[in-house]
Amino acid sequence: MDTMRDRFAPVVSRLLDEDPRVAVVLAEIGKDAFHEAIARHPERVVNVGIREQLLVGAAAGMALTGLRPVVHTFASFLVERPFEQVKLDFGHQGTGAVLVSAAASFDWPAGGFTHMAPGDVALMDTLDGWTVHVPGHPDEAETLLRHAVAAGDDRVYVRLSVQSNRRALPVDGERFLTVREGRAGVVLAVGPLLDAVLEATEGMDATVLYATTVRPFDAAGLRRAAGAAGTDVVLVEPYLAGTSTAAVNDALADLPHRVLGLGVGRRELRRYGTVEEHTAAHGLDARSLRERIGGFLGARAGV
Amino acid sequence: MTITTDEHRAHEYADLPRLMSLMTGDEKHGPAATSTLDVLWVLYDRVLRVTPERTADPGRDRFLLSKGHGPMAYYAVLAAKGFLPVECLPGFGGYDSPLGHHPDRLLVPGAEIGSGSLGHGLPLGVGTALGLRAQGLGDPAVWVLIGDAELDEGSNHEAIAFAGPAGLDRLHTVVVDNSSASHARPGGIAARFEAAGWSAATVDGRDHAALYEAFTAPHPGRPHVVVARVEPKNA
Repeated sequence: MDTMRDRFAPVVSRLLDEDPRVAVVLAEIGKDAFHEAIARHPERVVNVGIREQLLVGAAAGMALTGLRPVVHTFASFLVERPFEQVKLDFGHQGTGAVLVSAAASFDWPAGGFTHMAPGDVALMDTLDGWTVHVPGHPDEAETLLRHAVAAGDDRVYVRLSVQSNRRALPVDGERFLTVREGRAGVVLAVGPLLDAVLEATEGMDATVLYATTVRPFDAAGLRRAAGAAGTDVVLVEPYLAGTSTAAVNDALADLPHRVLGLGVGRRELRRYGTVEEHTAAHGLDARSLRERIGGFLGARAGV
Repeated sequence: MTITTDEHRAHEYADLPRLMSLMTGDEKHGPAATSTLDVLWVLYDRVLRVTPERTADPGRDRFLLSKGHGPMAYYAVLAAKGFLPVECLPGFGGYDSPLGHHPDRLLVPGAEIGSGSLGHGLPLGVGTALGLRAQGLGDPAVWVLIGDAELDEGSNHEAIAFAGPAGLDRLHTVVVDNSSASHARPGGIAARFEAAGWSAATVDGRDHAALYEAFTAPHPGRPHVVVARVEPKNA
């Protein structure tokens, strides 16, 4: 199967053809896939070189002139390194763009920690007004990329990953989907962790929600699910553990509730290896998840 | 309020100290506030093709104040040229005032960017020049004002190094040099831009004729920098 990132350049290249507002800004990474688009739209596909402060600042300047910039590089260099540019050049200036990252958590484990940014969504969460999409399948990535580019002058972060579920679901860029219904707890699976969550909760009496848009957080969807399944909530996020714990607490503020936030651990592993090995090391494989989710939901879930 | 548009338009260079004193309550002004005064006046009076009526015109020239510290001279010039009502100057820095100690583009009529954190204006200017070019707007000029110490910020050097080879000939930078950088080499400012392929001129930042000549010098195919030297900040 192709990856989300394999879809990125073809989809955005078509959008460049369709919409004269769309521009692409790159910092070397990912430029080869835009070879044809650069030839067709040399003024709207810009590679600024290995200069990430300029990547973000120039994109914001383009937005000031009315364009809709799509900005892409690895998450470490898109969100973390130029974070103040992201904060000021978009938020404070009142401009918008679509930031599209790759390799955020541990898509390239052999590359080591310099190419990992599991805290990206938590960091973006300190800012006002950003929509955050975390697709779980290349088809969903395509849908959400189109949704993001079409979202006026909104500020949108799209987090692409090599990890993927086996099949795509009909995501709408806003709401959580109900994948399984139960009565003894809600498990919210984000993006590419859905398959592992479904396997881990097989036979449990728990509702499984699927989120591919995590900001704004679909509080109404969570409350609806909790109405039937109770207010024990497990979050399973493919980025820093606990990133959305506060969003769950806010959604259920007037109800007694419990929350378990699972995700990528804070501690640096200092290991290379494979995606599967890192998934297991962070306890995000189906077997570890079953143990941790079952332990939290307890006997009522039929574990 | 009965202050008329005519009143706004009547201001000249000689009125700027009075306008600034409306903000400071003082006839004396710190060097950070006044180092930019002559550069700003010559740009808004004779160079920039922008008026209060054209602030949303896609074809207007853009002036981006990157050095947002000490913006009184900027506000005074905007008021003198009718972008801002003169009567809002005395509120400078107040809770209900649009005029902060660093400008905010969403609050100040005519301000193209908000600034204060140094090193943001030149990358935004590069993007503005790219965005205009991509939309076939080859005429508007983009001007960015930065300070000599602001050049310490590495983001400027990302922009300088890109803009020259990219041939962004509608991009202009004016560096107001009041020798405030702690680690600087005489002549180094123009040399850095020239090394990246920019056209460069260094002039007396108080000499209006020299500034005008430098601002309007042809620079085909290349971005252009004017280093405007003024009295040292700590002299």
